[in-house]
Amino acid sequence: MLSYKAIYVITLREFKRFFRQRGRLIVTAARPLIWLFIVGSGFTRLIDTSEEGVRYIQFILPGIVGMTILFSSIFSTISVVWDREFGFLREMLVSPVSRVTIVFGKLLSGTALSVFQGAALLIVAPFLSLHIGVMDFVVMVFLMFLVALAITALGLFVASFLTSLEGFNVIMNFIVLPMFFLSGALYPVGSLPEYIKVFAYVNPLCYGVDSFKHVLLPGQGALVAEFPMALDIAFIAAFSVVFTFLSALVFERRK
Amino acid sequence: MPIIQVENLIKKYNGTEAVKGVSFEVREGETFGFLGPNGAGKTTTINILCTLLGFDSGLAMVNGFDCKRDPHKVRQAIGLVFQEVTLDNELTAYENLKFHCYMYNMEKRLTEERIGEILEVVGLADRRDDIVKKFSGGMKRRLEIARGLLHRPRVLFLDEPTLGLDPQTRSHVWEFIQKLKKSEGNTVFMTTHYMEEAEVCDRIAIMDRGRIIACDRPDELKKALRGDTIYLKTSDNDRAAVEIEAKFSLKPRKIEGGLALLVESGEKFIPRLFERLETGISSVNLKRPSLEDVFINLTGREMRDEGPSPRQRP
Repeated sequence: MLSYKAIYVITLREFKRFFRQRGRLIVTAARPLIWLFIVGSGFTRLIDTSEEGVRYIQFILPGIVGMTILFSSIFSTISVVWDREFGFLREMLVSPVSRVTIVFGKLLSGTALSVFQGAALLIVAPFLSLHIGVMDFVVMVFLMFLVALAITALGLFVASFLTSLEGFNVIMNFIVLPMFFLSGALYPVGSLPEYIKVFAYVNPLCYGVDSFKHVLLPGQGALVAEFPMALDIAFIAAFSVVFTFLSALVFERRK
Repeated sequence: MPIIQVENLIKKYNGTEAVKGVSFEVREGETFGFLGPNGAGKTTTINILCTLLGFDSGLAMVNGFDCKRDPHKVRQAIGLVFQEVTLDNELTAYENLKFHCYMYNMEKRLTEERIGEILEVVGLADRRDDIVKKFSGGMKRRLEIARGLLHRPRVLFLDEPTLGLDPQTRSHVWEFIQKLKKSEGNTVFMTTHYMEEAEVCDRIAIMDRGRIIACDRPDELKKALRGDTIYLKTSDNDRAAVEIEAKFSLKPRKIEGGLALLVESGEKFIPRLFERLETGISSVNLKRPSLEDVFINLTGREMRDEGPSPRQRP
């Protein structure tokens, strides 16, 4: 049913395209750094978090890693719309590989690109006086993989309904921003009003960022992780499975 | 057993029939052409045979497999070159071809071997590692045809292979397809709305408004016309038509801006026409039978190029 060679080559193609688009590469690298060092250091002056044992700029690192994965995963699925628009999708559809193989190829390439970017961002941790050991890094890669998979699957599901690049940008921005602001990236979810919290509780990124906090932020207090790690992983894994299934289903239906 | 077998195929789009009960067979090794104006249902039929499109009723078989029940097996046996470019512009020629090979589950060694071979054939060996974006229209076309052949398909489908190319490139691509056919020996199924391209097919199905209105060898189709066609423009076409009918007992067909006459021998008829016709003649054109005439004879219309058909997305 699945052709691994096809999944490999679909992923390879996305990586090649990613590294060849200079503009995209620069924007992708600059976005988290801007958030971290401009927004982060600005707020660090404004918000006194010394009682919690975590500086604000440290506090937002897990959130910014989450944001990087969110943007990368969601916008990687533009390739589905792009391929349809420019005909390349037909080259894939007329080949003997199953539709599910194509979905898995897109899913894996989006996920791998996100993990790569998230891992690259972790290089800044020592500059924020956050110590990350080898084991922490390995755990982070695993968690980032899960989160990226969940969000890419969501993106793929939505993208398979979209037929124009303009539509894609409008819809995805509409999805990305609330997801980011309801993820606990910039402020703890616990500090949100009750009726807004409900939305955070169904947001996969919220659990993703929380799991990153488990690994990256030491100590206890209001600014570290809010949910148990087991809940984080369970929610994200379930979310991935459901949306992988849904996007495969939709892709199979729409030839 | 025919390699392609289609029986009473019907395809509807929102209730209107785009393909209205088409039947034909293609034999192994044949070059088979679909000729007809845009919107005749050529691309729809090709998309059905390539399993990209479902259909409402009838039978479509390729290489012995049912397009509806065994689409994967059909896909394994076919190569397809689409009307529009479907290469990845950001990748090199080699990378585009490699992508294709891996989608067809080819071994790495075989992949390298075939890519080297086919790039020689299409004359792009020296552009192997160039980004496709920089290629001209003709080069992209050649690369796409090369890609369609990489996995040695039993049937190569070419949907308007020369659409949007300038005449010179068009004839290059065309020579190239014929050369390939000789070396690879596979069945070629093509659609075109250029008459001169259809002439090289072993057999042609002329399609109009969702139906096949004739299907035979090009020379047989032309033979059926039994004679030359004279295209005539006069000061008053209606009057001339009546006059010709009375004087020569011939029934001229009205075409846009003039008349068409089917006569046994054009050279002998024209002097008589000038001698006896009283309506003023503004131009006369003698044509040996061509596929264009076959089309006009069958449909009463000229086959006009109405520009590229609307792009169909999967």
